[in-house]
Amino acid sequence: MDILSLFIIVPVVTILFLVFAKSLKQARMVAMVGSLVQLGMAINLVFAYLKERTVNDSIMVFTKDVVWFEPFNIHYNIGVDGISVALLLLTAIVVLAGVFISWKMYDLPKEFFISLIVLSIGVYGFFISIDLFTMFVFFEIAVIPMYLLIGIWGSGPREYSAMKLTLMLMGASAILLVGILGIYFNSDVDGGALTFNILEIAQVNIPVEVQKLFFPLTFIGFAVIGALFPFHTWSPDGHASAPTAVSMLHAGVLMKLGGYGVFRVAMYLLPEGAVDWSWIFIILSVVGVIYGAFSAIKQTDLKYINAYSSVSHLGLVLFALLMLNKTAWNGAILQSLSHGFMTALFFALIGMIYERTHTRDITRLGGLLKVIPFISVIYVIAGLASLGLPGFSGFVAEMNIFVGAFQQEDMFMRVATVLSISVIVITAVYILRVVGIMLMGPVKNESYLKLEKVTWYEKFGILLLLIPIVGIGVAPLWLSDMILESLDPFIKGLL
Amino acid sequence: MDFSSFLLMRHEIILLAVILLLVVAEVSISSNKKSSVVHLAIFLFGIHTIAGFFKPDYGSLFGGMFHTNALIHFFKNVLNIGVLILLLQSADWIEEKIIQQQRGTEFFMLLFSSLLGMYFMISAGDFLMFYLGLELSMLPVAALAAYETTKRISSESGIKLILSAALASGVTLFGVSMLYATSGSIYFADIVEAISSDNLTILGFVLFFAGLGFKISLVPFHLWTADVYEGAPISIASYLSVISKGAAVFILMILLFTVLKPLMFIWENMVYILAVITMFIGNLFALRQQNMKRFLAFSSIAQAGFILLGLIPGNALGTATVVYFVLIYVFSNLAAFGVVQAISLHTGKEQMKDYEGLYRTNPNLSLVMMLALFSLAGIPPVAGFFGKFFLFTAAASKGYYLLVFLAVVNVTISLYYYLLVVRAMFLRQSETAIPYFKSKIYMKLGLLITALGILVLGLYSPLYDFIHELSNSIF
Repeated sequence: MDILSLFIIVPVVTILFLVFAKSLKQARMVAMVGSLVQLGMAINLVFAYLKERTVNDSIMVFTKDVVWFEPFNIHYNIGVDGISVALLLLTAIVVLAGVFISWKMYDLPKEFFISLIVLSIGVYGFFISIDLFTMFVFFEIAVIPMYLLIGIWGSGPREYSAMKLTLMLMGASAILLVGILGIYFNSDVDGGALTFNILEIAQVNIPVEVQKLFFPLTFIGFAVIGALFPFHTWSPDGHASAPTAVSMLHAGVLMKLGGYGVFRVAMYLLPEGAVDWSWIFIILSVVGVIYGAFSAIKQTDLKYINAYSSVSHLGLVLFALLMLNKTAWNGAILQSLSHGFMTALFFALIGMIYERTHTRDITRLGGLLKVIPFISVIYVIAGLASLGLPGFSGFVAEMNIFVGAFQQEDMFMRVATVLSISVIVITAVYILRVVGIMLMGPVKNESYLKLEKVTWYEKFGILLLLIPIVGIGVAPLWLSDMILESLDPFIKGLL
Repeated sequence: MDFSSFLLMRHEIILLAVILLLVVAEVSISSNKKSSVVHLAIFLFGIHTIAGFFKPDYGSLFGGMFHTNALIHFFKNVLNIGVLILLLQSADWIEEKIIQQQRGTEFFMLLFSSLLGMYFMISAGDFLMFYLGLELSMLPVAALAAYETTKRISSESGIKLILSAALASGVTLFGVSMLYATSGSIYFADIVEAISSDNLTILGFVLFFAGLGFKISLVPFHLWTADVYEGAPISIASYLSVISKGAAVFILMILLFTVLKPLMFIWENMVYILAVITMFIGNLFALRQQNMKRFLAFSSIAQAGFILLGLIPGNALGTATVVYFVLIYVFSNLAAFGVVQAISLHTGKEQMKDYEGLYRTNPNLSLVMMLALFSLAGIPPVAGFFGKFFLFTAAASKGYYLLVFLAVVNVTISLYYYLLVVRAMFLRQSETAIPYFKSKIYMKLGLLITALGILVLGLYSPLYDFIHELSNSIF
């Protein structure tokens, strides 16, 4: 069995075991073992990849190609480069942390973990696909469990949020479908056969008019899940209503599909379209960056704060991708990873606070540092990472993004860059505001004085997420080398 | 005379034998053991279905009135599988409600006669055989729609069906007569050579198309659909929406792609417009339906709109995708109707709000329903996704990107109302949820087959490859 297909097979086997689980204990054990195995595989993959890279310099390694639907030339075609390896690792870590955080899922536990793992299958499959059709299939598989996850186990206006999220994301993927078909039917202009293979299409000179027509469809199709302004509205509602583990997975992993898809499909296959359309998407992403940050300042619900901060951070990812140079792209990927860990950590902490105090309203919280010091300290650390303090992953990512952005010399790009840099300050405002109101000061509610201690599984889940944040911040080079060398084919497409 | 050539008609002959055997059974089984007719009918039809899978032949009979080939043969098998599943799902209903009134055998005879009509319709080599098949397939169904004589709404549904069907056949016949007037023949093989694009031909064609559009329930010929589905017994509604619609789509496709190919410049635009309005009207009207049968009626109208996307390219790719989609649609829609039928049989409830909290009391039924709805909505990895994706591919292959775009907008609209049912079953909890009940073995088998079909048909690609091979045989 090849090393990548296992990322599909192991979760499927986990689901088969889960079907026969009888109680919460069994279900969470199975889910934990399954995701531990996945994490092991992901770590193993990183080392295997680094080793393979020294002898193999093709764009994708560990490839496997099986014909699926022959008449359409659809293949089950998988492979990874440095970017996908890093994102696979992110996914494995967040999924495992999510399972730990959902340790006490009393309501329909079996179904919860099954949906969670179906979601992870979609994400894993998406990151390893080289075939557009397979990629699209996995994309939709990743989205649809969100409806059940938010709808059944969510809180607040869960039905509304679940429906809104699902319809917006599925609507986006429907638009994407038109884009994919457009790319497919133009993949034979150089005289070859019609193909869904990304690497082959990248070699084809798709006519510029076609690129201009299908680039926006493909870009928006992916960017909606990456919370591009003004299509981000599903995200705050969805995050706020979702149960903790789902918010983590969703913000930490699922939203990364957007940036990855934009990069791997829209910009890689339609580079001339990207150059032509980039101005409008740069404007939108800069608006998203600033608007998200300002919205986060005004919110009082912790989850909304974090959701809007995600809109802002992921806007930065799209912005960096559109800067069209390697430094900025490297920053975009690093920002995806860093935001993935960070925001998952935030949501995990918010979930813990909510479980103990039964509120997410920061005006009703106060002095938490005195009563739950562990959670509060980690919250401060995550906040510092989020506002880009050196030593944490956020700094490395944002540094790369802005250095890359400054390489663009025309006036428009400069203005956009300067505007988006201002977000660093605004981020500091909303992070420090929460820290000040919620963690410092006197304890506002008597009953908070005897809150439950942090349990071992919670600590474990948190540490899992904290280690990479610090790890990337302190020693970013091995990661950014791995990413940088995978960026060459993308640059070649542009020239 | 060489009787071996009659083997070309083996579907028809065996089905006729099944009907005659049922007549014998009706006479010979004493009236207090009539429920064994159900088992007998299912058994005989099962044999008939299996017999259909023997190696197909191609050729024509009766001087070209009847012809068959590998694709037609395959499609008859699809219809057979559909009817077999339908029989399994409705066995309990027949046993409980119909047998007591001593009308069990007639039910099967009428149903099989209608199927026989469809065989002749899709195998027709001239317009006479086509029309005979069309009538034979419709008249018995009208009787079946009115089968629940104790319910007024059922009789109403029967009357509505027969009146609208008669009007539609009249229109079809009028159109056919004009085609005959301009081309001088009713044989398809002659028409394709003699057909011209003068106004009378086009008028004839439009009338003919309208008649078939009625059977497929394309907008604006769809107005009978919801009322008839609501009133008719569920198995008949399911028959109308799956088998009857499938057969009509198939014959329409064959005629458009072969006989009426010279008129492609006309029907291309017609199909385009009809596809768009059928999808939009079907989907928008489905949004507010509360009765599950009406809900599925409008959903099936919308699905017909999607099928039209496969007709637009007018080539083998279109044929393959349409047949593949219909096959998947048979399984998906039968699964949905099966669950509605099971619940209606045990509790008499048919409203969407009655389904609230169903997952916590009847998890298996809810899962089958969810699979069916996801398949109808086109969500991977279930089969419906592949069916729809390929239909869209077929339309896009001729550059109809705008049409595909409108179709995907509709997919999103349809997702909303399919999720409403999922919401009721999974997200809601209710004090008055339908209590747990056990279905009988036939129903379980019927639902199991559909669920497996939905899970497997899409992912198992050799099936599509097979259909793709076959679809070259009509050209």
